[in-house]
Amino acid sequence: MTVPPLTPVLTMSAVVLGLLVVSTLVVWLLRWLRPEGRWDELADRVKAWWVMAAVFLGAVAVHPAVSLVVFALMSFWALKEYVTLLRTRPQDHATLFWAFAAVPAQYWLVHIKWYGVFIIFIPVYVFLLLPVTLVVARETKGFVASASQIHWGLMAFVFGLSHLGYLLQLPALPGRTADGRALVLFVVFVVEMSDVLQYVWGKLVGRHKVLPTVSPNKTWEGLVGGVLSAALLAWPLRFLTPFAPLQTVLVALGVCVAGFLGGAVMSAVKRDFGVKDFGALIPGHGGMLDRVDSLCWSVPLFFHYVYWACY
Amino acid sequence: MRRALQAVFFAALVRPFLTLFIGLRVRGREHLPAADPFVLIANHTSHLDTVALLSLFPLRRLGRIRPVAAADYFLAGKARAWVSRTLFNILPVARRKVTRANNPLAVMRAALAVGESLILFPEGTRGQNGEPGRFLPGVAHLAEACPEVPIVPAYLVNLGRSLPKGTVLPVPFFAEVRLGPPLHPTGTRDEILAALEAAVSELRDAE
Repeated sequence: MTVPPLTPVLTMSAVVLGLLVVSTLVVWLLRWLRPEGRWDELADRVKAWWVMAAVFLGAVAVHPAVSLVVFALMSFWALKEYVTLLRTRPQDHATLFWAFAAVPAQYWLVHIKWYGVFIIFIPVYVFLLLPVTLVVARETKGFVASASQIHWGLMAFVFGLSHLGYLLQLPALPGRTADGRALVLFVVFVVEMSDVLQYVWGKLVGRHKVLPTVSPNKTWEGLVGGVLSAALLAWPLRFLTPFAPLQTVLVALGVCVAGFLGGAVMSAVKRDFGVKDFGALIPGHGGMLDRVDSLCWSVPLFFHYVYWACY
Repeated sequence: MRRALQAVFFAALVRPFLTLFIGLRVRGREHLPAADPFVLIANHTSHLDTVALLSLFPLRRLGRIRPVAAADYFLAGKARAWVSRTLFNILPVARRKVTRANNPLAVMRAALAVGESLILFPEGTRGQNGEPGRFLPGVAHLAEACPEVPIVPAYLVNLGRSLPKGTVLPVPFFAEVRLGPPLHPTGTRDEILAALEAAVSELRDAE
């Protein structure tokens, strides 16, 4: 097996490194100019970005198998954060075990590139089999709630996120160097930048709340400013994609909006559970789910658009 | 040999399992006594309880920490007895047919007297629905007999969801060990028992 050339990965690593250095300098500058301000959370976030960027870029650069193991761990961790907050019944035990067993199975399908089964395994087979394992547990009270909650988590955090893996497996199109890895870097970078820029715009000029009852920190100013600026950032990154220039910006716009919606959905889930964050894995960010929520929504849409339009 | 096997088991399997699979968090680690003997008490919902509590200690201390376990259950069958003795270093006590010779209190006192620490689940068995049950009086007898030995309360969160009674396959839920400051309870046995129960419930309610 020949490993594809590293060029797009190296270029993106340089871009990310530059951004991290600039952000770190900005935090130092803010601390120096306004020492009375509370910059600890911001500093924590930037520090955590260093670690996340290193882990993610490393995982993508080394080898596709390593990337898939890391993506599978992301799904596993996210599902675990979700299931821990669910009101599970003792009778759900075996069903939950099989739900977690679906994580390696799904990523194994990605690994062997069996597209036909990858795309229906969780939506069809797991969907049909999970309630059967609940029937075996012979408790009907709360049956529908358990069957739906558990499958919902699998769809969002395992099926949805595993599209990142299949995206990685896509070959380079004829005459181009950018392959699946470049597409992964493109979509993850644009969506995460959109999250960050929505936060920044919201902090700077945010006035009017978008979803006051679901996510009081999200403002129209943050949403529009963040999504538009992230879409513009995609323009110079079109070397990572097979898209035409305008098409790149429009696709970026689409995935950023999808990412916003994913974040909003997960905010609603957190409200329902009565928690602020899904966990404490990443200082300043919360849990794995707090970081990948937007990817769970944007990556499947991005994948299916690319697959339909280019492959 | 046995202690070496236990150390390898904890280093190679238990710790990675608790860190990567369960994602165990520990709060109040500073309350763990640096010296033996002491008695660590906790609510009991899962076989993972003992595993998680033992994992809090450095490998070299494991030989001196004895989980108090029911002989009728943990020594039943050769394989289970080997695992209980070798990998968990249990202190077997009799639940049935208690005589003067095998009196659990005497067995536990003897272990403390030679400088071994105990992990004790005062409910006597694993609870089913997550709510801590009432403590059996044995722990109060022990506290009364050995007033100089500190008793460290612990509350275990979610391990009962990972591996509840009657199941063999663990499901990953984030779990937590909460430790409280060491106690030297005094008074009547009922007062001691109430103080210990209160210390554990306080950790349950500490969010």
